[in-house]
Amino acid sequence: MRIVASFLIEPGFFSSAVVRNALITGAIVALVSAMVGVFTVIRSQSFAGHAMSDMSTLGGSGSFLIGINPLLGFVAASFALSGTMELLGVERRRGRDVATGIVLGGALGVSALFLYLDARSQSTTGAAVTILFGSLFAQSSARVPIMIALGLGGVIVLGIIYRPLLLSSISPDLALAQGIRVRLLSFLFLSVMGVSVALTSIEIGTILSTALLIGPASSALRFSRTPAIAMLCACSIGLIASWLGILLAYDSYYWPPKQRGWPVSFFVVVFIFLFYLASSFKERNSLLRRKNISLDRDTNLEVTS
Amino acid sequence: MTNAISSLELDQVSIWLGGKQILSEVSFAIAPGEFTGLIGTNGAGKTTVFRAILGQIRPSGGKVIIAGRDRSKGDTSVGYVPQKVQIDPDVPLRARDLVALGLDGRTLGLSKRSVADKELIEETLVAVGAETIANRRVGTLSGGELQRVLIGHAIISRPQILLLDEPLANLDIKSEHEIVDLLSTITTDQNLSILISAHDMNSLLPFMDRVIYLAGGRCASGTAEQVIRTEVLSELYGFRVSVIHVDGRVVILADPPPMQAKNKVT
Repeated sequence: MRIVASFLIEPGFFSSAVVRNALITGAIVALVSAMVGVFTVIRSQSFAGHAMSDMSTLGGSGSFLIGINPLLGFVAASFALSGTMELLGVERRRGRDVATGIVLGGALGVSALFLYLDARSQSTTGAAVTILFGSLFAQSSARVPIMIALGLGGVIVLGIIYRPLLLSSISPDLALAQGIRVRLLSFLFLSVMGVSVALTSIEIGTILSTALLIGPASSALRFSRTPAIAMLCACSIGLIASWLGILLAYDSYYWPPKQRGWPVSFFVVVFIFLFYLASSFKERNSLLRRKNISLDRDTNLEVTS
Repeated sequence: MTNAISSLELDQVSIWLGGKQILSEVSFAIAPGEFTGLIGTNGAGKTTVFRAILGQIRPSGGKVIIAGRDRSKGDTSVGYVPQKVQIDPDVPLRARDLVALGLDGRTLGLSKRSVADKELIEETLVAVGAETIANRRVGTLSGGELQRVLIGHAIISRPQILLLDEPLANLDIKSEHEIVDLLSTITTDQNLSILISAHDMNSLLPFMDRVIYLAGGRCASGTAEQVIRTEVLSELYGFRVSVIHVDGRVVILADPPPMQAKNKVT
């Protein structure tokens, strides 16, 4: 066991403060994204989730430009954009997608300008790389409590609105009939999604944050009996993918030939994809089993006259 | 028109949407335990009537009274089964979960359901004949099975009136009969008033205590014999229609327009 552990875990993994921060913040991000992701998939808002990730580039690039904490920039942009998307109209799914697309286009245009100005003012592409691909190993200890507070806030809001949100996600008509304020709920959910995306963006970058939001949730939904169980499964998948990603990224600094280290986000996304493949395989098998059972039933039918 | 014991009363309700008058001084009342059909062609305003009853549209004139009180938004004395509920088979929501959300869908927080609530959920599943499908994903249910679960969702909070928006649309004949039978049983067992909309009234005819026929923004209300008549419907449509009875079924036909002058033989 010890031999396997020493083979998998390179020296200094647990004693490194950088790794500890990465494990803590990685866990926060994985858990919040998984819970938000389950509702994102149930509400068919994967496009909004992806757009939100892309749009948070606006906050990241803007914060680099004016020299403030990037996390603050990501969160502020996500809140502002979720509100704008909601204001533009979300009564029906088609309207929601159009509104998302329009806000996405505008936000990306401004982001491109900010990234250009960042690169010009700093004469490097460091800001762009950090924003687009994240920096899990570059999280400062001071940022950890803020991330915990934001993550916890998102989870608490989600817990409070869980049942009305579930009902309105399944059928806005059923929710409206019960007097549930569907648009307010939608705005609250988009705001929580914004926080989740902001946290994920700072960890694994805006380009790959969708993977952590949608991947664990869509895998978990395939083999869970209830949304609550799906959330637990998605949390487990997200956590495993994040921690294994951090471990392999750390190990990669020892890999030959150049020992330069691979990006964490790459490994996280690979594990999420593997989980998704496994869940697809399991679903295919159960579909085939169900089909066989119904075929057996059909052949047992007798027609009497 | 005013009746103190009515489960539902619409008094001179007029509704304008997008500059067009959808309902014009529509009035009717439904007594407790009454099975009422809201009949009309597509676009006649049936869904608008429901939205007004649910408090989602404010009438420009008249008022909606539920059990003697003015209608308020989110009133739990009205149960509702919408026309279309499409749930993806990937959503892990069981039939029993959807029924339970009829009881506590508005509740904030993650409080655990009480034993009494769990018993009520089981009782409701049995009442709508959905106990054998209780653990199946809602997205995998057939049209008839889904209607049973939606009816369970709507009646679990013990409403005074149940609104069903075209529940028989897209159902096969067998499921159609089963759902109408189920609704008839619920009306009797729970003394629940039912207002069910349909564009084809024939499968409802044997069960309806009252018919509300909508056309041209106006309505005629009464028993089927009183309302489904040539002169009443002609007056409602604003042109001559014929009501024909064929093998116990009712067919309503628009009469051909009178021959134009240029075609007349002189």
